[in-house]
Amino acid sequence: MAYLEGNNLVASYGVVPILHECSVGVEKGELAVIVGPNGAGKSTVMRVLLGMLEATSGSVTLDGKDISMLSTQDRINHGLAFVPQTKNVFPSMTVEENLEMGGFIREDDINKTIDEVYELFPILHEKRKQLAMQLSGGQRQQVAFGRAMMTKPSVMLLDEPTAGVSPIVMDEIFSNILDVKKAGMAVLMVEQNAQQALNIADKGYVLVSGRNEHTGTGRDLINDPIVRKKFLGG
Amino acid sequence: MSESIDIINAFALLTNFVILPALSYGSQLALGALAVTLVYSILRFSNFAQGDSMAFGTMLTIIISGYMISRGWTITGVPTALLAIPMALIGMSIYLLTMDRLVYRYYRKIKAKQNIIGITASIGVMFVTGGIVRFVLGASAQRFGDGERFIFSVREFKAFTGLEQGIALKTSQFLTITVAILLVSFLFYFLQRTKTGKAMRAYSDNTELALLSGIDPDKVVRITWLLVALFTTIAGTLYGLDKGFAPQQYHLLLLPIFASVIVGGIGSPIGAIAGAFLVAFSEILLTYAYKKFLIYLLPLSMHPNSLVQLIGTEYKYAISFVILVIVLIIKPTGLFKGKVLDE
Repeated sequence: MAYLEGNNLVASYGVVPILHECSVGVEKGELAVIVGPNGAGKSTVMRVLLGMLEATSGSVTLDGKDISMLSTQDRINHGLAFVPQTKNVFPSMTVEENLEMGGFIREDDINKTIDEVYELFPILHEKRKQLAMQLSGGQRQQVAFGRAMMTKPSVMLLDEPTAGVSPIVMDEIFSNILDVKKAGMAVLMVEQNAQQALNIADKGYVLVSGRNEHTGTGRDLINDPIVRKKFLGG
Repeated sequence: MSESIDIINAFALLTNFVILPALSYGSQLALGALAVTLVYSILRFSNFAQGDSMAFGTMLTIIISGYMISRGWTITGVPTALLAIPMALIGMSIYLLTMDRLVYRYYRKIKAKQNIIGITASIGVMFVTGGIVRFVLGASAQRFGDGERFIFSVREFKAFTGLEQGIALKTSQFLTITVAILLVSFLFYFLQRTKTGKAMRAYSDNTELALLSGIDPDKVVRITWLLVALFTTIAGTLYGLDKGFAPQQYHLLLLPIFASVIVGGIGSPIGAIAGAFLVAFSEILLTYAYKKFLIYLLPLSMHPNSLVQLIGTEYKYAISFVILVIVLIIKPTGLFKGKVLDE
């Protein structure tokens, strides 16, 4: 059983069914990637794992414990962290305030964690007094990661972290993600750039219409001729 | 020599009848405008009940200070209303939190995000609040200031300086300006430096992410109403000490307050303050009769016969409207880059 696991998730928006018995999982120190065409339910899986959308059936477990009934709030207290695709920073607050807000629920001293984030992303230290909205796209993404890391999470969920950025920034963001993984967290991300994402992934899930179509290591999926043909453009 | 005295006299006149009144009126508007800004930033609607809430807060002050005076709980020289504010504040907080519970919370729950729904609800609250105030205190005007009326009067000023024109500093003006400075400093300190204040800014900035960060929305809303109670009660009481209390007058204050908020930039606290002073100074500068002022400055042959009043005082609310229209045409985001309405 994986550290964070979603088992046979079924979910719908109103009457529109989105997920049909979909399962994903990720271990600590591992990067798992969910890819698939538009409307496959990739982001929905993430919303269900976070408790932002209620699953009609199936379960979510963290470290073997069932957390399906917990609120988003409580799941975050239990070690989940989430970086949304858009609007993932507080634009009119400084970099440092963004990090402080990330650590809002913590009662202990958060300064050490802030320093750790600065160590991981040195540019943020330099710009700590600047407003998040004044930063470049890549830097803002670092603020978003940093904010999520402030709760010292064991699992990091990323929703399309490279959506709408240039290829150079994309490489920068992927290398940031590998840094986050190296810090010992379980990282699960949803990605549009399937080829690049599977390249760095330990595990990959290909979702189609809310079902697990292919599952395997990143390398296996890239080398699978069917996956290549259907999802990676030959 | 006499000419330079004339200039000094002219400016003493202006200080007494324009600058001091505008500074205190501006401060009162600023406090009201900050309350509107807080509600707008956190609860996301324009609070039409602001003027009548100020009347409600003032009503509480009047009742409590009346009781205190009847029991002899007064301090010589200090308006009893000032001593009554802490108690009134508690009552106001309870009233606003109750209104939130009864009215606004429902619309938050069903996730009605549009400003217009909040506005409509707050118009309802406005009528109820105004009704309660008129029911309890009646609709007629009254004064409730006691204690020393002046810090220094025109006569004292004249005797001291030997000038023909005097400047009086009313206790209410002095209190208004001092208290406004203190309150505004407190608000900025709170929002910029405290964890709770930052959480409120975060909630206003990106609500979804604030929730993901573990910020408790109910607490943010509660604290917002407490701050609104603070600003509303004090703004209302200071306005009443300065100009007397009349429910209709308070109701109409909504116009210059909204004008201040929009002129300054919706959602920007600094903008609300700047807007308030802009509106206050425009109102008073445009309705002041400059005859005497010009007599001091101009040679005899050019002395005006008329009052030289640009706009009659009965039109003072129109000034807020005109400023609003000009700003919305030229710079819809306001002076301090706020949000555009109807977002």
